[in-house]
Amino acid sequence: MEIPNVADKWTGSVCEITLGATKDSGGSRQKTITIGGSKTVPFMDFEGNPGHKPVIAMDVYDIPPDDWTDTLAKPFADVLNDPAQWAKKCVEQYGADLICLKLDGIHPDKGNRSAEEAVKTVKSVLAAVGVPLVIWGCEHDEKDNEVMPKVSQAAKGENCLMGIASQDNYKTLTATCLADGHSIITMAPVDINIGKQVNILVSEMDFPLNRIVMFQSTGALGYGLEYTYSIQERERLAALTGDKMMSMPVICDVGHEAWRAKEAKSSDSDVPQWGSKEERGPLWEAITAVTLLQSGADIIRMSHPRAVATVKKCIGRLY
Amino acid sequence: MALTGLDIYKLLPKTNCKKCGRPTCLAFAMQLAQKKASLSDCPDVSEEAKNVLGAASAPPIKLVTVGTDAKKVEIGEENVLFRHEEKFYHPTGVAVTIQDDLDDAAFQGRLKKINELKMTRVGTEIEIDLVAVINKSNNAEKFAEAAKKVCSDSHLSIILSSTSVENMKAALANCAEKRPLIHGANPENYESMAALAKEKNCPMTITAPTLEELADLTEHIKKAGVEEIILDVSGDNPKEVLQKLTKVRRAALKKNFRALGFPMITFVHEDDSFLEIALASTYLVKYAGIVVVDNCEPWGIMPLLTARTNIFTDPQKPIQVEPKLYAVGDVKEDSPVLFTTNFSLTYYSVEGEVEGSRIPAYILSVDTGGTSVLTAYSGDKLNDKVVAKAIADAGVEAKVKHRKLIIPGLVAVMSGKLQETLGWEVLVGPREASGIPSYLKTVWKS
Repeated sequence: MEIPNVADKWTGSVCEITLGATKDSGGSRQKTITIGGSKTVPFMDFEGNPGHKPVIAMDVYDIPPDDWTDTLAKPFADVLNDPAQWAKKCVEQYGADLICLKLDGIHPDKGNRSAEEAVKTVKSVLAAVGVPLVIWGCEHDEKDNEVMPKVSQAAKGENCLMGIASQDNYKTLTATCLADGHSIITMAPVDINIGKQVNILVSEMDFPLNRIVMFQSTGALGYGLEYTYSIQERERLAALTGDKMMSMPVICDVGHEAWRAKEAKSSDSDVPQWGSKEERGPLWEAITAVTLLQSGADIIRMSHPRAVATVKKCIGRLY
Repeated sequence: MALTGLDIYKLLPKTNCKKCGRPTCLAFAMQLAQKKASLSDCPDVSEEAKNVLGAASAPPIKLVTVGTDAKKVEIGEENVLFRHEEKFYHPTGVAVTIQDDLDDAAFQGRLKKINELKMTRVGTEIEIDLVAVINKSNNAEKFAEAAKKVCSDSHLSIILSSTSVENMKAALANCAEKRPLIHGANPENYESMAALAKEKNCPMTITAPTLEELADLTEHIKKAGVEEIILDVSGDNPKEVLQKLTKVRRAALKKNFRALGFPMITFVHEDDSFLEIALASTYLVKYAGIVVVDNCEPWGIMPLLTARTNIFTDPQKPIQVEPKLYAVGDVKEDSPVLFTTNFSLTYYSVEGEVEGSRIPAYILSVDTGGTSVLTAYSGDKLNDKVVAKAIADAGVEAKVKHRKLIIPGLVAVMSGKLQETLGWEVLVGPREASGIPSYLKTVWKS
């Protein structure tokens, strides 16, 4: 029996964005990464070009994280004090497509590191790996506005993805990224209207749309994942139906959020009925990621090597 | 496609007899079209009209029930493709396999493990739904024996999986009263399988290499008298499986294509147990009615069940809780008082942990417009004055004798000012809700 054609005809598509710059284009990256470009809902290539494969940015912190459980810290035990070596390990051993350098240490409550120290860290990571970088501030507006411009300048020409610009604090970062040739992450806390608003604000400063990535803040599996899931799904549908201000690729912060969950980090003796934490933790992270992939995610920030390997495999099978 | 009032009118007796309580047949037809009347109100309606109208008003995806009683699994009858449009109504059934060629001890051991796959998280118990008995031995007696054991020793619903009609018949003899799902019908054996399903009044699956063939087969099976059909779209290629799940759902919902208007099942076998759960979760969020996995470890099943909880949550559910003082447990005048925001996720995380600690406590949900602790603090929606006002509004001073307030560790920085404004002793609690039980047991107790 003939079955009806169910391929949807979409008029729009997700913006295509290239991150990183090689020597030819003024940077020092050995490779660039292109994301976005999809003309269909995720993985449905029978109705259109699925665009570029979702990629994984592995998290590297400028200071050793003080809240990591041993399951998560173990694979990085030898490098937690050295962001450059940490980044290298992620790329060479664990196949990270990108490195997300999280500058937690500049936060006034977490070390209050200076801009000079942050610049030094960024340069060391740039020198250690050839993949493009995501550089993420500490989300303390004043401190970010002080440090990020200097970091941006130090990485000038590398076309890093810099975050984050929010509705209340976007001007400094936008101007900086514009001046130094970086791309930018716009953030809205699980609110699609604010999300669009930030994109408009940033673009009104003459920032090109094809250098913006959206972040809706991420809810981990069991902790609000459904809010993130539905917003990302709506964003993808908005992009496909031609809303230019909603057509940017999407980044998710899976590693950090998933490992805050009790299900990921509790010790075996605290929750014997939940099974071994060596499996429980990495799988919690992996399932948060694969679920969000179905809603339309282009870059996924992740932490544990086993979770990364699982998600890469899953993407490979579905793409 | 929905029928219009005029379409329906043509099928009515057109006598304007008023027995249905409406002045004319046309008026009745209009109400039927708007689903404001029931066809049974017309005493003279023809069989033909009943059939046509009955089919037109049937839901685009058939509701199928596997099992009986409390643990029965109801799947299908969904209305939308995306959960932001409307709730997904019938949560995916999660099934774990058991092979009939295991020796007795191994079989009992695995079944026991499967029976215990329930866990409590954030105050809610979650559990798998079905056991899939796999006829790996190809032997009728062994299969029947396994079905019998599962029937007597498990509270879960049953899937019987065999492509052999004889073996299926033998197994059904031992557990048909539990209304198991008959899994194994294919283009070669579907007639005999359908006859079995009809005889025993059990739901059945059907599989075929392509969706076109699958649509043909469901029509044949319906003609053989089986209504409750589940489409088996399992396969070795996950991309193809995922696309079939979407194509079938779209065909049913957007094209009202009856031949594929059924829920779906996917079996997932992967040597890599992480990948197995990853693919099962993927199928679960994108339209599988039942997912079947081999993994029977709590660390594997818990994330799968949690993904289900998330995706099947009603999207209309408010994101805020009412800002007020909540009492958890048997609170007394010396019970601790904690505050958090009225963002529902934040509040429920705190509530779950307080409950888990078994120490009765008051939780003050401060109105931050439904934002989390840090977001509220940085947006100045959470400061010493806001908290002091919330304490006063909720009349906390009359509820407890002490004057101690536990505040979220994330806003430790506001403790000095709050102490000044409120005149209470301010205790800095843990940064994450998960630290609350040990905090209450150690710091608070001392």
